[in-house]
Amino acid sequence: MLNKMIRAIKLYKHYISINIRSMMQYKASFFATVIGQFLVSFNVFLGIFVMFRRFNSVSGFTYSEVMLCYSIVLLEYTLAEMYARGFDTFSGMVRTGSFDRVLLRPRSEILQVLGNKFELTRIGRLMQAVVMFVYGITQSNVDWSVFRVITVVFMLIGGTMLFTGIFLIYAAICFFTLEGLEFMNILTNGAVEYGKYPISVYGKRMLQFTTFVIPYALVQYYPLMYILGRKSSPAYIFLPLLASLFLIPCYLLWRFGVRHYKSSGS
Amino acid sequence: MITMENVCKSYKVAKRNAGFLEACKALFSREYEEIHALDNVSFTIRDGEMVGYIGPNGAGKSSTIKILSGILTPDSGTCLIDGRVPWKDRIRHVKEIGVVFGQRSQLWWDVPVIDSFELLKDIYSIPEQVYRSNLEELTDLLNLGELLRSPARQLSLGQRMRCEIAASLLHSPKILFLDEPTIGLDAVSKLAVRDFIKKQNETHGTTVILTTHDMQDIEALTNRIILIGKGRILMDGTINDIKQNDLTIDETVAQLYRSYEI
Repeated sequence: MLNKMIRAIKLYKHYISINIRSMMQYKASFFATVIGQFLVSFNVFLGIFVMFRRFNSVSGFTYSEVMLCYSIVLLEYTLAEMYARGFDTFSGMVRTGSFDRVLLRPRSEILQVLGNKFELTRIGRLMQAVVMFVYGITQSNVDWSVFRVITVVFMLIGGTMLFTGIFLIYAAICFFTLEGLEFMNILTNGAVEYGKYPISVYGKRMLQFTTFVIPYALVQYYPLMYILGRKSSPAYIFLPLLASLFLIPCYLLWRFGVRHYKSSGS
Repeated sequence: MITMENVCKSYKVAKRNAGFLEACKALFSREYEEIHALDNVSFTIRDGEMVGYIGPNGAGKSSTIKILSGILTPDSGTCLIDGRVPWKDRIRHVKEIGVVFGQRSQLWWDVPVIDSFELLKDIYSIPEQVYRSNLEELTDLLNLGELLRSPARQLSLGQRMRCEIAASLLHSPKILFLDEPTIGLDAVSKLAVRDFIKKQNETHGTTVILTTHDMQDIEALTNRIILIGKGRILMDGTINDIKQNDLTIDETVAQLYRSYEI
């Protein structure tokens, strides 16, 4: 089991390396995309900044608190997009039949699809998110106890897993529709848009939906309340990890999809 | 040993007439036609045999290869390869086979070919020594040499095909599936590829299953031919069984297709 894990990690590192080598063939395109990614998220940052020049708080959250919240969501999303981009572009693989090749290799399908595309260009957005993150951490008047630091780490892990799960659903659906479904973007890009503010801002219904259906609130709102000292129960520390369980139904859907794979002609 | 018994596979294919209006109509109600890609296909192939699998376009050749290699699951029937059911025992099965799709590449487009080979070494967990000696042998026989250091996108079709074949054999598979390996190749490359396949079969005892439309491939490589048309096996015999003295091999096969009305 452990041996298998080590072999998988070794192979994944090899995949990343070959992805980077491929990308370096097109240096200009790479750097342009990185800068573009940085600027796009910088715009969003400006938007929030301008708004807080006029209002001091949104539903009781200050500027630096919103920054902390948004930067964490953006970090999670960017990390997930960076390594799970293979799922995001999976419709192409199914349509052209190149998923055949994946099935011909004696390795897990998921590992191969992940390895097929590692999106290093997202590093631009990642840098932006880190800058906001550092700002949020230092300016938000949070008393950083060990538990609170752990909570942030769990948020990052749980959130990245959650976004990975959504990408996985997206890929699994491609087995049946052959095309990517744009409406799924509501759950990814949309979640990042909504994720700017703690979810309670959007009302009770939204909070219920994101607690029980797609557990965004478990990686965003609840642990944030703990970090900001507005909730004190230690259960809030572990909620983000609970959100990782969301991967299980996503994985089952994926397995179901793989069994229905039909390949393409010739 | 490969055995296939009463394998059936059908697809649903959406049909519509040409035109924009028809396309809009198809968005709401679509007509499907059931295509029987394979209809009670049975055959046995012994270890070390070389078999030419022929038939007109759309006869079910690729579907058969895909079932044998574990990509597709048949609707009914059984298939056993060295005791394994390909689609159930996928990982164990694909370690022992090599597959070349003439129309699709398995090499990374933008990096030197050797980088793709190194990745395959990790994918198949090929021991260093085995990898070295296989690579050396393949480089030598397929005349890869300098090609290994160029990115796949800069290779000509013939050069790329030689690299594809090498990529499929790095892990010393016992069975090799070749789906139109000589498609679009010039005379020199064709001869080189044929020559190599023959040697591979002779020296390593690799079982080779070859689909092609090029009858010279068949003539040069195999004795046994399996003819498939409209999803059914129509003939299983040797090239001499069908050969007529006054006709070339292409004419013979065209005659054969016509006589079976496929």
